[in-house]
Amino acid sequence: MTVKDLCDKLSLTVLTCGDRLNRETNGCYIGDLLSWVMGRAREDAAWITVMGNINSVAVAKLADLSCIILCEKASLDEDARAQADANGIVILSGEDPAYELALKLYEASKS
Amino acid sequence: MQPIIKTYVIPGDDFTHAGEASGKVKAMLKQLGYDSDAVRRIAIAMYEAEINMVIHADGGKATVEIHPDRVELTLQDSGPGIEDVELAMQEGYSTAPDEVRALGFGAGMGLPNIKKYTDDMKIESIVGTGTKIYMLVKAGKTS
Repeated sequence: MTVKDLCDKLSLTVLTCGDRLNRETNGCYIGDLLSWVMGRAREDAAWITVMGNINSVAVAKLADLSCIILCEKASLDEDARAQADANGIVILSGEDPAYELALKLYEASKS
Repeated sequence: MQPIIKTYVIPGDDFTHAGEASGKVKAMLKQLGYDSDAVRRIAIAMYEAEINMVIHADGGKATVEIHPDRVELTLQDSGPGIEDVELAMQEGYSTAPDEVRALGFGAGMGLPNIKKYTDDMKIESIVGTGTKIYMLVKAGKTS
């Protein structure tokens, strides 16, 4: 499944790097503590979080995550937006809480 | 073969630039053709060490040695040092201040992550003088 498929099936809004949605995505990790994410998330996972700061962008980049999904419309800092665009990190935004997003992601991955 | 040696200055108390050095190292190793799993582990371990220096030690210096079969990293600071290294290595133990935790750090997973992602790790720390972390990751080229 590509990030674009994920975006369509979960009704997410693209906040950064709309030109990089063809990247493959596989599974997801939910968490707001950055070291937990770096320690546990698998490569190519979508990362569901409320952390829209510049450090989240660094984590997604270094840990090879497919995208960041800000749940419950959590805000994205302006410097994080600029950093994500500069580094090719896709950030998406959704209205649903993390649990519902993960459920939808699971369903989407099965279809 | 002579290793490629790079040094980076890690600025203190600056979370906006934290991760730049590890990002550069990651990009360089990818370009050199090292295998992606090792590159990912090196990048994360180095970022954790970088963040520790930003949070606790007002920055420091990172040296990266790239060998054909491994990458060795040494991150050295002149910070307050670690009183009890064994305790600091435990998952969940953190002395990070609240404002740092609000950014998503301070989970007490930094040093455990470094241990998890490296093939060898040594910490030398003297209270009042500073800390030196050495890491080795076995890494080969795929191309």
